[in-house]
Amino acid sequence: MNLNLKIWRQKNASDKGKMVDYPISDVSPDMSFLEMLDVLNNELIEKGDEPVSFDHDCREGICGSCSLYINGEAHGPDRLITTCQLHMRTFKDGETIVIEPWRAKAFPVIKDLVVDRTAFDRIQHAGGFISVNTSGNTIDANSIPINKQDADDAFSAATCIGCGACVASCKNSSAMLFVGAKVSQFALLPQGKVEATDRVLNMVKQMDEEGFGNCTNTGACEVECPKGISLENIARMNREYLSASLKG
Amino acid sequence: MSGILNSSIGRKFAMALSALFLMVFLLQHFSINILSVLSPDTFNEVSHFMGTFWVIQYLLQPVLIFGVVFHFVMGFILEIKNNKARQISYAKNNGGANSTWMSRNMIWSGLAILAFVVLHFYDFWLPEVTTKFIDGDMSGLIDPSNSESGLRYYEELQHKFVDAWRVVLYVIAFIFLALHLLHGFNSAFQSIGANNKYTKGLKTFSKIYAIGIPVGFIFIAIFHFLNH
Repeated sequence: MNLNLKIWRQKNASDKGKMVDYPISDVSPDMSFLEMLDVLNNELIEKGDEPVSFDHDCREGICGSCSLYINGEAHGPDRLITTCQLHMRTFKDGETIVIEPWRAKAFPVIKDLVVDRTAFDRIQHAGGFISVNTSGNTIDANSIPINKQDADDAFSAATCIGCGACVASCKNSSAMLFVGAKVSQFALLPQGKVEATDRVLNMVKQMDEEGFGNCTNTGACEVECPKGISLENIARMNREYLSASLKG
Repeated sequence: MSGILNSSIGRKFAMALSALFLMVFLLQHFSINILSVLSPDTFNEVSHFMGTFWVIQYLLQPVLIFGVVFHFVMGFILEIKNNKARQISYAKNNGGANSTWMSRNMIWSGLAILAFVVLHFYDFWLPEVTTKFIDGDMSGLIDPSNSESGLRYYEELQHKFVDAWRVVLYVIAFIFLALHLLHGFNSAFQSIGANNKYTKGLKTFSKIYAIGIPVGFIFIAIFHFLNH
């Protein structure tokens, strides 16, 4: 396959940045998207040019490191996958592929396609945990009976890998699918109910302080989420928040 | 509780409540307007009651005006805040791949409806207020000096739909209303946290409401244009 790549290049956080064209030849349709970028980078290094910076780690679709806004969609045109699971056979020979970083005020670009997603970490620090005594007398989690539906819903919410595709896809750069998933995975389980009120209030407060936009329920996040996190989690977070606000 | 309107979720909850209130009002407005097609006399009597009963005029009408203003102002505030959350736009964004046109363009359909509300107030509300509170005529009669002249509301309604341009503007506005409701109806329920086993049925009902009510208003406007 021969392709024309249009890639966002930005030297550092303060650089203005611009789109740069990179023609690439002999791309195997069986390559993953990140392997294709590896090939491009090898060519750039051989020519003495600066390689394109992009995030990646496990390349198995579970770590949430890879990002990339490809041809106008987070993680590219396929569904329920991360960029590392996107294969070049998805594209046509001769196609122009536009590759951009996640765009959000709360996710500033560090370099090229790498963005700073530590805003998610700070939201997690604000309440995305349960306080459990781990000094040797921890109660076996399986000894507490949990409704099957609640357990399944909590597990589904917990599959969020925090990649940020929801923020990138949302026209408002809202992080509510991420925060909704993190709130839900605990709110549904007895272990999480103890700190439920403070958790949702603190996490939403931190989310707002980070500069994410508000959810207008377009549903783009749910469609583009590589783990299929449902909008039900946002509705649950809304309920939890309103209930916590009345209590608080 | 005090800071709830300063939070993102609090604002969208307030937006949703005002939307639900306005959707109930819209249904009530349509229910009365369709009487103008079914029975002009009943339409006159109900209109007179709505225009003179103190509970509606002095309690519910201010609440309605507050609801309308609040919904528009909060809509603008949220739009401005949301635009600030992405300062650099994508070079290529395929929004159509993951969301509906209606959901991405609520501000534009909302602005079209706002323009219509201004026209509608000019057409009906201002003359009504002038007649009742400036001229002091609370009789509701075509000729206040003649108690046999009959109620004026049906005649005034028909008079407004004589001009084709006004009918065209009303039809365009109702199309934008349908587009706004097609996203807004369900969105309001999601915002108040109602996403459950009833959501599928609610989505079907929302489509019937979002298309049915504006089409009904269009029918009324065209009916009076053709029958004046």
